[in-house]
Amino acid sequence: MNPQLALQLTLVVPLAGALLIALAGRWPNLRETLTLATAGALFYLVFQVFLAVGANSDPNALYIELFSLLPGLAIALHSEPLSILFALVASGLWIVTSVYAIGYMRANKEKHQTRFYVCFAVAIFGAMGVAFAANLLTLFLFYEVLTLSTYPLVAHKGDAKARAGARTYLGILLATSIGLFLPAMLWTYALAGTLDFRAGGILEGTIGGTAATVLLLLYLFGIGKAAVMPIHRWLPAAMVAPTPVSALLHAVAVVKAGVFTFAKVVIYIFGLDFLVDVPHEVIAAYIAGFTIVASSVLALRQTNIKRMLAYSTVSQLSYILLAVLVLTPLSGMGGIIHIVAHAVAKITLFFAAGAIYVASKKTEIHQLDGIGFRMPITMGAFAIAALSMIGVPPTGGFVSKWYMIAGAFQNDSYFVLGVLSLSTALNAAYFLPVIFRAFFLRESEAPAKPHGEAPVPMVAAICVTATLTLLVFFLNGPLVAFENAVLGVTP
Amino acid sequence: MILQNLIALLVIIPLLAAPACLLLPRRLAWGAATLVSAAVFALAALLLWRVQVQGVVSYHLGGWPPPWGIEYRADALNALVALIVAAIGALVMPYARRSVAAEVEERNQAGFYAAYLLALSGLLGITLTGDLFNLFVFLEISSLSSYILISQHRDRRALVAAYQYLVVGTIGATFLLIGIGLLYGMTGTLNMADLAERLPLVDGTRTVYTGFAFIVVGVGIKLALYPLHWWLPNAYTHAPSVASAFLAATATKVAVYVLLRVLFTVFGAEFSFRSAFFHSALITLAAAAIIAGSAMAIVQVNVKRLLAYSSVGQIGYMVLGLAMLSGLGLTAATLHLFNHALMKGALFLALGCVALRLGGCGLHDMKGLGRRMPLTMAAFVIGGLSLIGVPGTVGFISKWYLVLAAIELGWWPLIAVILVGSLLAVAYVWRVVEVAYFQEAEGERCEAPLSMLIPTWILLLANIYFGLDTRLPVTLAQDAALLLTGGNP
Repeated sequence: MNPQLALQLTLVVPLAGALLIALAGRWPNLRETLTLATAGALFYLVFQVFLAVGANSDPNALYIELFSLLPGLAIALHSEPLSILFALVASGLWIVTSVYAIGYMRANKEKHQTRFYVCFAVAIFGAMGVAFAANLLTLFLFYEVLTLSTYPLVAHKGDAKARAGARTYLGILLATSIGLFLPAMLWTYALAGTLDFRAGGILEGTIGGTAATVLLLLYLFGIGKAAVMPIHRWLPAAMVAPTPVSALLHAVAVVKAGVFTFAKVVIYIFGLDFLVDVPHEVIAAYIAGFTIVASSVLALRQTNIKRMLAYSTVSQLSYILLAVLVLTPLSGMGGIIHIVAHAVAKITLFFAAGAIYVASKKTEIHQLDGIGFRMPITMGAFAIAALSMIGVPPTGGFVSKWYMIAGAFQNDSYFVLGVLSLSTALNAAYFLPVIFRAFFLRESEAPAKPHGEAPVPMVAAICVTATLTLLVFFLNGPLVAFENAVLGVTP
Repeated sequence: MILQNLIALLVIIPLLAAPACLLLPRRLAWGAATLVSAAVFALAALLLWRVQVQGVVSYHLGGWPPPWGIEYRADALNALVALIVAAIGALVMPYARRSVAAEVEERNQAGFYAAYLLALSGLLGITLTGDLFNLFVFLEISSLSSYILISQHRDRRALVAAYQYLVVGTIGATFLLIGIGLLYGMTGTLNMADLAERLPLVDGTRTVYTGFAFIVVGVGIKLALYPLHWWLPNAYTHAPSVASAFLAATATKVAVYVLLRVLFTVFGAEFSFRSAFFHSALITLAAAAIIAGSAMAIVQVNVKRLLAYSSVGQIGYMVLGLAMLSGLGLTAATLHLFNHALMKGALFLALGCVALRLGGCGLHDMKGLGRRMPLTMAAFVIGGLSLIGVPGTVGFISKWYLVLAAIELGWWPLIAVILVGSLLAVAYVWRVVEVAYFQEAEGERCEAPLSMLIPTWILLLANIYFGLDTRLPVTLAQDAALLLTGGNP
């Protein structure tokens, strides 16, 4: 397929899918078939773009201008390794999540299912746009699409609690993006006269050291989806959403869009070489390091499974930010591998939490005693993913942590090393007890209704993602080669 | 013939059609008003095209050359404003049939259309005239007819609102007249271009300063510049939906145009902003309007009143752009003038659909309305996003230029004000969204009729279209800004 066409279709297909899903709302089977078909078609298209452009690291190898928005600023798409990686992860996991969501929504007899599937498709449209945006303005456009389209998903239940959570969610994400991200972008535009993503950055020589630090911090806090403290609160608040939403959007698409955006800003707007010379750049790294440790401590104190996972996500996102901010090639590679490794592991954990809820209506950690005997597949997958979070081989989390640590040694960053080892210990401290409860304790009281595993589609989805978690470890060769291409741009 | 008399026809056609409307039966009155609006829109588009091609278009009424006779003069700035006014009129009229039938007493409907045509004629006259006294006359025509339009709602509170507006509006008009009189006394001319030439000769006299002050305050009242805004929320809330949509999208825009014209063309930026106090006062008031108007909008329980307060805030953005005095700032102001007409027009039209079905715009009545009126509420949400300034809508383009202009000048606190205004807009728009989409519906599905939905959606799609393809408004706004700062477009 013509790569130009394929790239454009990655935006058209999810949007058209959303429309068809909306029209098919009266016939659930047709609606769900359409969801799956759209997801499949989208992954195929992204894969076509990947085949055509592959690891070609020239950001303008494939460039399409859609609209000319302002003089010198266009809504434009391009494809470079980082964007393909993000698009592949998001669109690939959308297929798995759709299967899972069908099981979840039907088993729970949720209301407003059509709205759910439509908004989901629009959110993926936003994620694709973020992935393939050729400049910061286009990225911002789709970033906001992603924020707005996920709001109805978070507020899905419609009760007071869901509305309050959704209000926090939208409030923080819009406030940071309009209040900090937008002025940062305008400032960049005023300085550089462009917002294109260029190899080596666009800011060099236009801005002084201290001002550059301020700008970097504006981006760090303005890209609220990356959830550094103290603007991480939207993420736990978003846990009122149905589990498939938490799984794909708040463990993968939305949050990864945040760290992806930040990585793009660091690599293609500032440029690694320029950023190394910025005097107080390390402040940003300290903030990310603080977030890792502090949110791990908070995760330790949670009693609700999903909230614990949310705080774990906050911490893991900052791993990626920190890895990028270490500014060495190896740590950058670790950060980007972690986008993939964390995505597959965290989606597994959320899937498992949802499966437990559907099968047994349990949401709290202390209720999980002995549940491993009733749901061995689900809890087995949970264990694998938890090990990946801690960074134990043979899981994906080990590979990324390996590179991050190696990168930290490259420039003797003992702060980063300290943070990494401390948080590994903390991760173990909150994940291992859950596994222990599930497999080594007896049920305190028999459940009112005996239950086994969750419905088949959900279990199947869990197995797929757990397998992927292992595959990231065993097949990390191609991934590493791919990353070399990204960072080859900025040696 | 049409081409030569284009400017005059724009004003004369609705002016003559108005009394005719009064004589016609109700149905025909609507038809006539619609036809006239469409014709005026076509003429306004033609005029803009001519201005684009040949530059300034001048017309001498009755063949008397200026400065003795009355001159009509169209350039990049006012041709754009005229197009906005005419376009909103042409969209509102097809919409009006059902809405007016529901909200205005049957025996008053022909009169309503007549008043609407007078208002249209008045607004176009203000925009196109090159004569300061003539401007006052048209201002009175448009104001008097707006009082009538507002008072026509079946709800008796409309009478109070109209009366309040009448009192305030008359004070404003009087101020303006006194100011014009003082200038005439000093220079002996009323033609704007001529005034601009003669004023430097009497520069520095106290009379000119006094005239300046009277005119600015008079226009400020018409403009609803904070803190002279308090007539506006009542007027917009209690007016018939058609009148709110038409006036919200056009009347304040025309007032902004008058302010631009007076400050930059008649007095000249050098004179107008000679006083640092006046300059900083204007900036402060604009910032206060943005914050206070938006904050007041958040606490309203009537959605029409909410939008009215939001208008007070949005006017602040335009005045802020104007007060920046730079090319970029004036571009932002002109652009927002265009963009705000699109978004507020669309939002008020969507509310008109709600009012038709629910009989009012109380926030509490709108529970679950997203299910009952999906198309109307989708329109409201998109319009709201534009008001917030989400990328992909015209609101974003305005904000972009405004912030860029502020960065250029290094006015950092004002950037914060602009962005906080956006965030407050999130708060007031989202109150409505939450009620409409996440509370249970009370009642059956009751979507508005197509004759009302189509105009609403046309305006809305324009919001998105001009948010993505910005060539037309941006080019026009840049030409206008160049004109105001003294260059030739």
